[in-house]
Amino acid sequence: MNKGYTLVAALAWRNLWRNPRRTTVILFAIVLGAWAMIVMAAYARGMSKQVFDNAIDNLTGHIQIHAPGYLEDPVIDYAFDSAQTTLKTALSDPEIAQFSPRVRVPAVVASERESQGVTLLGIDPVTEAKMSFLRKSIVAGNFFVSARDPGVIIGKKLAERLETALGRRVVIMTQDAHSKIADRGFRVVGIFDAMMDAQETGFAFISLGAARQMLNLENRVSEIAIKLHDPAHTDATLERLKLQLPALDVRAWYKLDMLAKLFQDTWEGSTFVWHLIVFLAMGFGIVNTILMAVFERTREFGLFQALGLKPGFILLQVWLEALLLLIIGLAIGNLVAWLSVLATGDGIDVSAFGQGLEMAKLSKVIPFVLTARDLLIANAVVLILGLLTCLYPAWRAARLVPAHAITRI
Amino acid sequence: MHAVVSCKNVKKVYKQGAIEVIALADADLTVDEGDFVCLSGPSGSGKTTLLNIIGGLDTPTAGEIIVADNRLHTMSKSQLAEMRLHHIGFVFQAYNLIPVLTALENVEMVMQMQGVAKHERAQRARQVLKEVGLEGLENRKPPELSGGQQQRVAVARAIVSNPKLVLADEPTANLDSKTAENLIDLMRHMNTEHGVTFVISTHDPRVMHHAKRNLSMVDGRIVA
Repeated sequence: MNKGYTLVAALAWRNLWRNPRRTTVILFAIVLGAWAMIVMAAYARGMSKQVFDNAIDNLTGHIQIHAPGYLEDPVIDYAFDSAQTTLKTALSDPEIAQFSPRVRVPAVVASERESQGVTLLGIDPVTEAKMSFLRKSIVAGNFFVSARDPGVIIGKKLAERLETALGRRVVIMTQDAHSKIADRGFRVVGIFDAMMDAQETGFAFISLGAARQMLNLENRVSEIAIKLHDPAHTDATLERLKLQLPALDVRAWYKLDMLAKLFQDTWEGSTFVWHLIVFLAMGFGIVNTILMAVFERTREFGLFQALGLKPGFILLQVWLEALLLLIIGLAIGNLVAWLSVLATGDGIDVSAFGQGLEMAKLSKVIPFVLTARDLLIANAVVLILGLLTCLYPAWRAARLVPAHAITRI
Repeated sequence: MHAVVSCKNVKKVYKQGAIEVIALADADLTVDEGDFVCLSGPSGSGKTTLLNIIGGLDTPTAGEIIVADNRLHTMSKSQLAEMRLHHIGFVFQAYNLIPVLTALENVEMVMQMQGVAKHERAQRARQVLKEVGLEGLENRKPPELSGGQQQRVAVARAIVSNPKLVLADEPTANLDSKTAENLIDLMRHMNTEHGVTFVISTHDPRVMHHAKRNLSMVDGRIVA
């Protein structure tokens, strides 16, 4: 048996550095390509994660429970009893980390000067604190101190529009459970500053006790939002809840906020296209370099064959050279990409494009999220496609006729 | 005496566009073990083509070639490579050393492909380099050696694994007269002391002078 493996490996390594300038240039291209793939994947993953986190934090949770018909017509008529035994049993599922009952109705908030249509939310301050963005977004005043707190919390932008401020009174008007107009004055006890303007202008929060009293709801609520320990178990938990609560409408976040799901899928899909574009540009460089190396060494390949090296080993030598080039390039590219992502810290501020980004369910600062899966995909794309493209020059080298190759100048 | 090379009616035709060029026309040749054969003749007479075909570097258009009991005309590319590895050594006009390997590594290369253990092949390579007068230059790479030294390395590489046959294509063509004389002495020494069989194509009368047998080629035929 021909024992040329160690020879072929040594030759591949030495030949790699035979033309240092050319090797450096192509290494630079591979590093740049790997860097672009990984950083772009981290950016897309960051956007995707942010879309998801924003969707969950924006009062959606991983799963929601409503009375049938509420999502099509979100009015007080579709409230349901939150104290029922089957519901309590279902909500004791071990996958559920937190749930929060809410009253959620359309309403009008009026100050002395202006009025604004909003979604009025009656929330339980204890459970809601762990559920949505509200508590951590309060910038003035405070969060509700009890389940029957008489105050209202509004967004910074809404306060500006209503020309009101902390400590001032506003009137909230809506329809109660008996289809009568219900209105009541609330003092502004807190102002929140959210990542997205729509959150600041679209919602007004009162305590669940105050909402039930104002709307004559007794034990009823409009929705129950649920957060899970692990979002990956959403579908399985959803199925269990559906089985236990056949009389209620149980839906996952991606059915409640389909736009967020669409954007999330789009960001993730764009990574694949980006990988292909970068590789196409880089692939031509790699093939060209290896082809040049093969043309330059035609005589040597002829000589190796003359001395008894089988064509398969010639192919292996060229291929190994490409493999070493790719491994070195990828190692440096991964390191540089990792350092770049580290340097961005919490993310990059894209507030200059704030309005458009909000429509895409994004915040003003987009984080870079580097995952092992994305790293693996980027490296696999470069390595596998790189080696496949180098098969051509390697095959050319292997099929040279020794007598002709050896006399080639 | 046992024949190392046996060629019968070997023909080689090259196509250059629509024109057919006959490089070898029914060449017959038998080379016995321990022979020292010189092929001479004008350029284009078919010397190199015949050497290439005997070495399995090129395939004949017709005819039968047997080298070290191997029927070359029936063998695959891989089988030919295996046969060359174990039975034939080559010396080329242009030295053809691997520039990224040292003199020692160039000589070791064939044994490495044969699977000879590292220690043994280093020992044998050093021994052969000493025999060809290159002791002390083992770690130099080809660009750091003179033409004559490079050709000596090529001879060392050709003989280090004790092949049955060494094929040399104009080995003295690029050497000055003193270096050429030394190289001829070296090859003759290998022939007489170690019984290595040589088939050499050459224009050089000094090489022909040392040959046991001189053959002339004209228009692809062996005429004398």
